[in-house]
Amino acid sequence: MLQNVEKLAGGLQMSSMETTNLTIETFRKMFSAGKRFDGRGLLDLRPLDVNFEISNCAEGSARVRLGKTEVLVGVKMNLDSPYPDSPDKGNLMVSGDLLPLASPRFEQGPPKFEAIELPRLVDRAIRESGMIDLKKLVVKEGEKVWTVIIDIYPINDDGNLVDVSTIGAIAALKTAVIPGVTEEGNVDYKHRTKDPIPLSKETAPLSFTFYKLGDSIILDPTREEQEACDVRVTFGISKWNGQYMLNSCQKSGEEPFTSEELIKIMEILPKKYDELNEKLKKFF
Amino acid sequence: MKNTLEEQEAIIDGGEESSKKRRVVIPGEVIVSGEDYLPSEGARRQGENIVANRFGLAEEAGRVIKVIAITGAFVPRRNNVVIGRVTNITFNGWVVDIDSASSGFLPIDESPRFINKSDMDQFLAIGEVVAAKVWSVNTRGIDLTIKGKGLGKLEGGFIFRVSPNRVPRVIGREGSMINLIKEKTGCNITVGQNGWVWIKGNNIDSEIRARKAIEFVTEKVAVEGLTDKMEAWFQEN
Repeated sequence: MLQNVEKLAGGLQMSSMETTNLTIETFRKMFSAGKRFDGRGLLDLRPLDVNFEISNCAEGSARVRLGKTEVLVGVKMNLDSPYPDSPDKGNLMVSGDLLPLASPRFEQGPPKFEAIELPRLVDRAIRESGMIDLKKLVVKEGEKVWTVIIDIYPINDDGNLVDVSTIGAIAALKTAVIPGVTEEGNVDYKHRTKDPIPLSKETAPLSFTFYKLGDSIILDPTREEQEACDVRVTFGISKWNGQYMLNSCQKSGEEPFTSEELIKIMEILPKKYDELNEKLKKFF
Repeated sequence: MKNTLEEQEAIIDGGEESSKKRRVVIPGEVIVSGEDYLPSEGARRQGENIVANRFGLAEEAGRVIKVIAITGAFVPRRNNVVIGRVTNITFNGWVVDIDSASSGFLPIDESPRFINKSDMDQFLAIGEVVAAKVWSVNTRGIDLTIKGKGLGKLEGGFIFRVSPNRVPRVIGREGSMINLIKEKTGCNITVGQNGWVWIKGNNIDSEIRARKAIEFVTEKVAVEGLTDKMEAWFQEN
């Protein structure tokens, strides 16, 4: 009880107040001196924690915490007809919902820009990496295929939702099992096979979002830091046969990145990918 | 960390060192029963019993029972010092977001010197931070003033938020806690009742240290003699 009380009092401080000029100026100064409030370096990640089998109904689920950011991801499977342009492939759907409980910035209502962008970024990072072998999800070509639905629910938003959601999605995928099928060909959710989703063993995609404020580039910002930054760029990266592969890339914000900065980011990316992959190995 | 938790539980479970007994209560929970007791802040009388109005720590000081809230929104009261962000400029003043249910209004007449209505944004522009005092709370809104010591536009340093319910703890009895932190870090600190804290020091490191110290205070919910613990913390960090 007391521990919970302490969490409430000292925990994530949510406020609907917008970022002030003062805060932006502070972070600009601190980042150029290479300092952050929690004592991390500019490119250091917060402590990671992954839990599995959160949801009983999902085929696979995971809860990922990176610092105070917390995301719940569930994988659900369904038998469907394939898309007309890919009759020999299963379907992958990623959806996300920015719940009002996660942040005072999120409100009920039709999805806004961020809520549309988040699942799309995760979708592309996973789809383009080829982590899921969609061809193996075909039951009958052109007629019946498995649809993999990944649902992302942020519980606490303390910045860097995209990267945390991607970790959650791959964690949920790795533990997911295909549900049974009845004789009539319908999905039997009560019965679970032991077959995992056909995943490539070689590669696990991860996404890294780099934020820029002034001339400084930072990784894994807290919400406070994230809101002070001008611009961000998200990269999806994976590894095939020892070769790093860029799968996706998206930039948001009005400020530009210079080519020198992007070259610097390209040097950092593989190192960070290996570092995070090493941390993730503990949990699988 | 584990040690301190055990210590805290000892206090909550009625440890002998403490004269005041504290325990966690939820709304509607009976704290004590008896005609002798008097309900104070966060508690009410219901027949024979004293019942909690809020989720928090029930404190028994002699006959007076009060509940110290742990969570909850900031409710502005007259004479509260708050730190807010200017969100809009109207023809006769500034609209200030003070992180409360409604925003505050700072009339142009309440500024300490004469300001021409055409260049109000030179004095306070949108996005800038101001420390103000709540002048009145009424149905029309919250009126602010910046006449007074330490009030006005905040320049330099940074602001961050703690839980508004922890502000009394951050300040300490007669300012003992905040003065200790000021003294040990050499920073200038203004604590708003709405939970926003402004820190300005000589260098970034001392500012970060001051912020960590304040966050340490807000995390310790049920610790007695926190000022002494704070002094020990400064020796370690």
